[in-house]
Amino acid sequence: MITVFWAFIVGGGLCVLAQLALDLGVGKVTPAHVLVGAVVVGAILSGLGLYSPLVALGGAGATIPILGFGHALVQGSLRDFTLRGWVGLLTGGFTATALGLSTVVILGFLAALLFNPKRKY
Amino acid sequence: MARKRIGRSTLSFAGRPVIVATAAVAGPDEGKGPLGGEFDDVKKDRLLGNKSWEKAEAQLLTEVITIVMGKANLDQSQVDLLAAGDLLNQIISADFTAREFTIPFLGLFGACSTMAESLIVAAMAVDGGYADNVVAAASSHFDTAERQFRYPIEHGTQRHPTTQWTATGAGAALVSSMGRGPVITAATIGAVVDYNQKNINDMGAAMAPAAADTIARHLQGTGRRPEDYDLIVTGDLAAVGLPVAADMLKEQGLDLGARFGDCGLMLYDHEKQDVHAGGSGCACSALVFCAHIHRLLQRGQYRRVLLVGTGALFSPTSAQQGESIPGIAHAVEIEAGEVEAGEVKAGEVKAEEVKAGEVKAEEGNP
Amino acid sequence: MTKASKKEQQHFERLLRKHRPNPPVLRNTVTAFITGGTITALAQLVMNFFLARGVKPLEATAFTSAVMIFAGSFLTAIGVYDLIGRWGGMGAALPITGFANAVVSPALEYKREGYVLGLGAKMFVVAGPVIVFGVVTAFVVSLLRLLLWGVG
Repeated sequence: MITVFWAFIVGGGLCVLAQLALDLGVGKVTPAHVLVGAVVVGAILSGLGLYSPLVALGGAGATIPILGFGHALVQGSLRDFTLRGWVGLLTGGFTATALGLSTVVILGFLAALLFNPKRKY
Repeated sequence: MARKRIGRSTLSFAGRPVIVATAAVAGPDEGKGPLGGEFDDVKKDRLLGNKSWEKAEAQLLTEVITIVMGKANLDQSQVDLLAAGDLLNQIISADFTAREFTIPFLGLFGACSTMAESLIVAAMAVDGGYADNVVAAASSHFDTAERQFRYPIEHGTQRHPTTQWTATGAGAALVSSMGRGPVITAATIGAVVDYNQKNINDMGAAMAPAAADTIARHLQGTGRRPEDYDLIVTGDLAAVGLPVAADMLKEQGLDLGARFGDCGLMLYDHEKQDVHAGGSGCACSALVFCAHIHRLLQRGQYRRVLLVGTGALFSPTSAQQGESIPGIAHAVEIEAGEVEAGEVKAGEVKAEEVKAGEVKAEEGNP
Repeated sequence: MTKASKKEQQHFERLLRKHRPNPPVLRNTVTAFITGGTITALAQLVMNFFLARGVKPLEATAFTSAVMIFAGSFLTAIGVYDLIGRWGGMGAALPITGFANAVVSPALEYKREGYVLGLGAKMFVVAGPVIVFGVVTAFVVSLLRLLLWGVG
């Protein structure tokens, strides 16, 4: 259960940083900018070897926020490089994230077939 | 020489075009607001059984025009001009509404100022002798605007406290060369004013300088003072823009006081409805004017009102390319016609509760 | 056209500051923390489930992402996720469930413009930039790392 606790803390903490980036940059920063910034930061931290310790601590708390997507892209590239050489640099990122990306495309398509936007509030 | 102009940009309508009838059809949230009982029709949902939000908006506009012609006992063959607009690209709601009628059509775009703009066009056509009956109308729809200007409906984003809520609904006014009702006496066509505002989540700020500019020029043109009006109402500066415009006018020595109000602050119940800074969209001032203000003018509870439609003239493209948001404001002065005795029924004045300025307490309240 | 001068603009900005409400930063921070923390904690429960069944950590991570994407897509489809997002802000947007929301919501919305030019073309209108910048940054970062640190 301690893993769930740390996932909560790390995941919540990353979201707080993103929220602050959004709120303190009022009018100039949109959620899209924050998400792009997060994935870039995740990739850079991963390259510097700083993101893996966060994953070790927070588990899903570090992999589920979109920074984890940047981390997965970098780690995938580096892993495929060791397996396939330089071409792995180009294949690794998508290999590592293929499951998620395919899932989201297929589910998005299916959802659009079955559902319509709803009105509330 | 333009004989009907007074001052640099104010028009005087000596021919006294009369607003013989108005109609307002509102969406469900607008129906739950304080003016809910005054609309001709309140829709239960925003799709109205259509396949798209856009179709629903055109239906709202079509219905409201049909209702207003019915109230004035006019057939569409007796209407000389339809002046209407909305917020969507190429004003498709107005275009597709005009397709349903045989009335000659002028499509207007003035963002949220469209209702005032259409009233001015109608008054000019009638006063100029080019038309006897003109329908001035405007519509907007929360979902059509949201998907064009912001995000898909199901996208989970937080809204800024300065964001305004696009009203769903449509309003129409029948402006005639004869008949009884409130009279359009003067109008000021606004110039575009740009104070380099770039935040599309704070349109009130972008429009406030235009509103202040137009109000000042209207007062100058007509030679009137703020006290000459029972209500000076913008549509729609909302909680941020209204006090800013009030301050800008004060600096010019024009204290509008409690008679200065905003349609965006009158349409919703700010305690119960989560509309952030207030309402916006063409329908906001169209609904408030056609359902509420026109009625109070008819009853003689207001003697003279200045309706100041305000618009933020941007598109998603211009905003993304870093352009600032130009603001515009058009002022229409409307006076109560002769009030028939017996038309004012005691105890029927609940609408009075919604006083302009009362909602000002909202500001600064996150 | 009336474009305000620099001086007028500065004066106007001062007026604006007096009347413009700030976003409720503290409240947003708390709701973002709770929302984001809850989503990632739930994800950890899913992950623990896979790990307990002997799935390798790397695959468990990917499976967990897929499960969370399913959850985010489903909650978007039934019209719940935007309510979570309104309350939780970035707490709902940053986790991968928010990424799913960003893909599924335009897919639903723009279906009316057709399956190819609407649904297909606009599906990544919000999430696309994340993939573009993620892939480009990851490529540059990996390349630099290999060139500077060498293989290993």
